[in-house]
Amino acid sequence: MDFISNNNGHLLSKMATNDGHGEKSPYFDGWKAYDSDPYHSTKNPNGIIQMGLAENELSFDLVQEWVVNNPNASICTAEGANEFKEIAIFQDYHGLPEFRKGVANFMGKVRGDRARFDPDRIVMSGGATGAHEMLTFCLADPGDAFLVPTPYYPGFDRDLRWRTGVQIVPVVCESSNNFKITKEALESAFQGAKESNIRIKGLLITNPSNPLGTVLDRDTLKTLVTFINQKNIHLICDEIYAATVFNQPDFISIAEIIEEEDQRNCNRDLIHIVYSLSKDMGFPGFRIGIVYSYNDAVTNCARKMSSFGLVSTQTQHLIGSLLSDDVFVEKFLVESAERLAKRHEKFTKGLAQVGIGSLKSNAGLFIWMDLRRLLKEPTVDAETVLWKIIIHEVKLNISPGSSFHCSEPGWFRVCFANMDDEAVKIALRRIWNFVLQSSKGVEEHAKRKCRNLQLSLSFRRRDDIVMAPHMMSPHSPIPSPLVRAT
Amino acid sequence: MINLLSRKATCNSHGQDSSYFLGWQEYEKNPYDEIKNPNGIIQMGLAENQLSFDLLESWLENNPDVAGFKRNGQSIFRELALFQDYHGLPDFKKALAEFMSQIRDNKVSFNPAKLVLAAGATSANEILMFCLAEPGDAFLLPTPYYPGFDRDLKWRTEVDIVPIHCHSKNNFRITESALEEAYQSAQKQNLRVKGVLVTNPSNPLGTTLTRNEINLLLTFITTKQIHLISDEIYSGTVFSSPDFVSVMEILTEKKYSMNTEVCNRVHIVYSLSKDLGLPGFRVGAIYSNDDVVVAAATKMSSFGLVSSQTQYLLSEMLSDKKFCKYYLSQNQKRLQQQQKMLISGLQAAEISCLKSNAGLFCWVDMSHLLGSKTFDAEIDLWKKIVYDVGLNISPGSSCHCSEPGWFRVCFANMSAATLNIAIQRLKSFVQSTTAVTRNNLTTHQSVKNSRRRSSLTKWVFRLSFDGREPDER
Repeated sequence: MDFISNNNGHLLSKMATNDGHGEKSPYFDGWKAYDSDPYHSTKNPNGIIQMGLAENELSFDLVQEWVVNNPNASICTAEGANEFKEIAIFQDYHGLPEFRKGVANFMGKVRGDRARFDPDRIVMSGGATGAHEMLTFCLADPGDAFLVPTPYYPGFDRDLRWRTGVQIVPVVCESSNNFKITKEALESAFQGAKESNIRIKGLLITNPSNPLGTVLDRDTLKTLVTFINQKNIHLICDEIYAATVFNQPDFISIAEIIEEEDQRNCNRDLIHIVYSLSKDMGFPGFRIGIVYSYNDAVTNCARKMSSFGLVSTQTQHLIGSLLSDDVFVEKFLVESAERLAKRHEKFTKGLAQVGIGSLKSNAGLFIWMDLRRLLKEPTVDAETVLWKIIIHEVKLNISPGSSFHCSEPGWFRVCFANMDDEAVKIALRRIWNFVLQSSKGVEEHAKRKCRNLQLSLSFRRRDDIVMAPHMMSPHSPIPSPLVRAT
Repeated sequence: MINLLSRKATCNSHGQDSSYFLGWQEYEKNPYDEIKNPNGIIQMGLAENQLSFDLLESWLENNPDVAGFKRNGQSIFRELALFQDYHGLPDFKKALAEFMSQIRDNKVSFNPAKLVLAAGATSANEILMFCLAEPGDAFLLPTPYYPGFDRDLKWRTEVDIVPIHCHSKNNFRITESALEEAYQSAQKQNLRVKGVLVTNPSNPLGTTLTRNEINLLLTFITTKQIHLISDEIYSGTVFSSPDFVSVMEILTEKKYSMNTEVCNRVHIVYSLSKDLGLPGFRVGAIYSNDDVVVAAATKMSSFGLVSSQTQYLLSEMLSDKKFCKYYLSQNQKRLQQQQKMLISGLQAAEISCLKSNAGLFCWVDMSHLLGSKTFDAEIDLWKKIVYDVGLNISPGSSCHCSEPGWFRVCFANMSAATLNIAIQRLKSFVQSTTAVTRNNLTTHQSVKNSRRRSSLTKWVFRLSFDGREPDER
């Protein structure tokens, strides 16, 4: 066979040269902008503040303290070195028993001991990224599809689809009911796929949700379980934010639901959980991903596939010790939730002061901010224009809703747990300044339009303008059901 | 139920039904221990380097900062815990690139920017397949080859392997005609060949490729306009002459240095599992001159990054050049010593092996002990050696060897004392087999009439299993 010799593109696979990696998404453009001008309190105080990164940096001191006090958890210290060889040669893809035990124990504690996890079902993966791809390889063939409620984490486009050849069919959720997943939306998506001859193999939910920061209520979870059982498709529950729940209502894991009386008929072979320590503990660098499946065949297959992304035994050893320390775990979970709650409150209150609302949330490392009224028009293009202004002029890297496949323009995910208090203050100040200026601008624009007798703004919109923040007292109620009251 | 899972989940392409892995399971059930289980099975199927841990341990003792996630006394725990950039820790990539150069006597220099980290060579090889081939394409591999390639190169990628048959009559060297024959064979099967993958030094042969072989390969891939992957994970285990010659070294020569096209089609896979004996840490790497491959592989590494904790430890260790030099030379000496011990022990049992200068194993010729020159007879012999003699060695058929009777026997994962015991057991086995042969009219009957026959029938040969299947080379 002949190949065009001077075009290496033909020598490489389609996968290597297409955009399936998803990095052309605006999600990453903001990162790149940030990388070229990163904020630093002293070296670059006017740089871009990173609010596009869902990382939990609030509780490292607790872990650090534990590491210092537990030198034998490290195979490099004098106290732990006697285990160095054993750990360094251990490459069994079942993983170190202490590691699996520690993780299973932690997962149970995170769920308030309302669910118990079997260490023998714990399968490792290269982060949740690796876990999702691995599960997809196990459950679906190229061309098959998963249903995913919108808005969803942009990385799923890569993790579920790139190398697997599997598709995503969105289940559209809307702000009118706080983005709840409805039976109608599920059915509609399922039927639509069927009509296009796309075989649905499963439904993937993220609970707590990224980017919404909300938890699924019991009714919704039961609706989902009923739905997947009826259609005989898999249910993958990404619970990587489980320990970031900082307010009521409580987190309800799928592990709890399937144990309940009325779920006896649930086919457990369809239930799988993806977990990770990247968000709950703040350890994205350690690449600890977990697949927990109630299906034996999937567990076995996933375990073999985990060869492609095992967790370093050095890390397994450290984590196994850390998570088996119940005193530490309990202290950490309480403290971490408190700090997240404080930070969340500070941020949402700060936003409310300039009339910026967000979806009422009780979990996650971010808020789902509502900037619809700042859009020139309710379109994705207008959202993109606004977003670019926010990055380059306001100097905040936040993530536009369109990158999360949100069906309504104007929503943005804003992360708050990856910075210190000082940076939060600065970020809020920049937002205040921007909103005040835009409102002025919008008011001017409205006046001009009035003069031209082309009042295309809705009455409600006009109200917002008339009630521009600089005219409102900080404690006025904001006219939207989605916005948190101050 | 079967319909609920993917084809990949329900097929056998994970390759774990191979005898290679079965011997493992038998070992796990009855592992040798000097004191607790002196009659147990000795593990000689595991290509691991356990001879030089004391050197690593003493380095750790002398570098206490690394232990507590500290750099210059300052804690960097937070920094490391958060570091998930798939470009890898810069210090680590730099140190790794320099270590790779050091192994090649600095005849080649590696640019850290062209190095991509992955979770072990297992992941690195799979990533390269995803980057270079479509489902249904094929790569040519010289036989015998590492059994894990059947999983790593084929399973999730749906790429095929077409063997380049190598034979004992010329010491399993790769020939031009073998390459051409393999290519034609692929064409006949309507498989589009995307490249050749070689392991240098070779697993299971333990030999390094000659300059002639490398030049043959480069000429071949130039003509066919395909890729060459050189898996060089054993490069630091070369303990005697001839010197190791990396394909990268040949590419610096005049003939190829200006030929960007060819240079861009040569990729190296590396790992610290064999050279440093750290398989648990999952440190693999891809080195490519092709920017598009580097970019795509980097993104794909998201599915299996190296733990930042481990990157940090190793960046400190590998930056200590003095230590690396000492380690490499000491380690090679110890490997050579152990290899010599095995070879002379085998010789005393009238067993020969392929002359080798690298690796953690010997490629042993036991064809004269076969009941017949067939693979069935090879498996019969293998079973005897596992169950009767108590040695888990790897049968050549699991490595896709085209001639029956060859076995890979590892020597670097045990003490000299244990190696001695293994050799004694083999010697006794051979002596008693030979004695029985002499007492019978035909060689063919010796196996049947052997007292071992009754013990053989005790074991049921299970083809698939669900036990502890370690992941190894």
